Amino acid sequence: MSQHTDFGRRGFIQGALGVSAMAALYGCAGAGKGKGHVVVVGGGFGGATAAKYISMWSNGGIKVTLVERNAAFVSCPISNLVLAGEKQLSDITIGYEGLAKYGIKVVQDEVLAVDADKRVIRLAKGGDLAYDRLVLSPGVDFMYDTLPGLNSAAAQQDILHAWKAGPQTVALRRQLEAMPDGGVYALTIPKAPYRCPPGPYERACMVAHYFKTKKPKSKVLVLDANEEIVSKKGLFTKVFNEQYKGIIEYRPQSELRDVDAKNRTAILEFDKVKADVLNVVPAQRAGDIAARSGLKLVNGRWVEIDWLTMGSTSTPNIHVLGDAIFPAPTMPKSGHMANQHAKLAAAAIVNLQAGLPPSDAPLVMNTCYSFVDAKNVIHVASVHAYDPATKLVQPVKGAGGVSAAPNELEGQFGLAWAKNIWADMLT
Amino acid sequence: MRRIAPLAGVLALLLSAAAQAADPHLARNLAATCANCHGTDGRSAGGMAVLAGEPKDKLLASLKAFRSGDKPATIMHQISKGYTDEQLDLIAGYFAAIKPAGGAK
Ligand code: HEC
Repeated sequence: MSQHTDFGRRGFIQGALGVSAMAALYGCAGAGKGKGHVVVVGGGFGGATAAKYISMWSNGGIKVTLVERNAAFVSCPISNLVLAGEKQLSDITIGYEGLAKYGIKVVQDEVLAVDADKRVIRLAKGGDLAYDRLVLSPGVDFMYDTLPGLNSAAAQQDILHAWKAGPQTVALRRQLEAMPDGGVYALTIPKAPYRCPPGPYERACMVAHYFKTKKPKSKVLVLDANEEIVSKKGLFTKVFNEQYKGIIEYRPQSELRDVDAKNRTAILEFDKVKADVLNVVPAQRAGDIAARSGLKLVNGRWVEIDWLTMGSTSTPNIHVLGDAIFPAPTMPKSGHMANQHAKLAAAAIVNLQAGLPPSDAPLVMNTCYSFVDAKNVIHVASVHAYDPATKLVQPVKGAGGVSAAPNELEGQFGLAWAKNIWADMLT
Repeated sequence: MRRIAPLAGVLALLLSAAAQAADPHLARNLAATCANCHGTDGRSAGGMAVLAGEPKDKLLASLKAFRSGDKPATIMHQISKGYTDEQLDLIAGYFAAIKPAGGAK
């Protein structure tokens, strides 16, 4: 926004001249047309949105290539409904075909390495790919090295995370279906920050909903490494204690130390907990490709970025989005937020590729809708605006908040949100 | 801000010119923060209100009513409080100028 509040006619004329001079310089009114080649790595909420918006906002002036290892996008939001048997995997799976109309080239491949000096990435199948700017949106990878008993492919086949939607979601659903009534499902939650703060509590509710309707003697045990419920605490506490009384048992300060995969046992500091279905959400860090490309990390885990451009603070021409970054104060790692990071980065990249400065007043907002059963939903929302003093986006005071109580109207809005955000990134 | 109409018009022009001098794409960028729910450029994919092509005054009136609590809401009262009057003005102007479906980019 303008710093001026009391400018006069002269300010107006200068402003007007500034705009038309800029437009003349870049050959079109309003839209500074960028150029060059941007490669986006990762086709999730961040990457797919970035690819679409860079192409759209540069009117096709910037060539965009999206590299994604999977054939289709599978949404983490709504995946807890698949676990509960309320939705199918096909309901949360969308192809990348819709991006073709923006002129985006989608390449299904794996990125092996980034050469930031030469501005080239190496692909497993496709050889080398040169870029003017690189956007990394790799999500998270799991720190299995902190859990020796789970640090093998065999153990990871039995003890699932289902914290990246796809085959793991289906496999965990099968484990829940196969579990006899009267069994115990245990879910371990790592210390924050992790992907999707309310996600584990939503999962506990949705599995409890499934048990309540189909296996009423079964239990959900939540082993949370955190001091208390990390997101929507009041609302989830009430749902756990009332709607799922006798089904959900919540244990805070219960950090997982290791796993005995064979016996489906969670090893805590002072306790061992055997479960019929053990679901471990391990601690997380920036996705591999970001973590090993020499970008500056915070706490050895998350990429440090500049909030005007989402650019890495250490490495020129590389922008990083979504769960992989070190977040601004109170900012959650969510799909909604990754989509907003992508638009911030897209606006900056389109300007930069046209020789214009990035906006000096970026703003992002977040919403996480969580289902507590098949119909009722609660939300948390926040707005974050750039603050020049701290050079961070900071929560806007007085804005945002949570639902008053779980309600069916937001059950509809939660599904409509999913439909609209999927369309916003992929069609 | 309720003054005689011509003066208000000049003021609005001044405000938007100043905003544009700072960043010609500010309105577009701000409006894009609404697209997660209301669809790209406000062309809803279903289940949420279409904002594209809605009259600017109507959009602004809704947003102000959400802020004041006069219009019942599950979430818009909380979201609208995160934006300044100037920002809401830019956003409403942007959506008003978009064709509701198909057509313009
Ligand atoms: C998280 C989803 C979400 C986001 C983001 C969002 N909205 Fe909304 N919007 C809603 C919902 C839900 C309603 C219905 C009212 C309610 O329950 O809050 C609504 C209603 C509205 C309405 C009233 C429509 C009508 O016909 O009555 C307007 C105008 C509106 N939003 C504008 C905006 C603008 C502008 C933004 C961005 C600054 C925005 N919304 C961001 C979810 C959202």
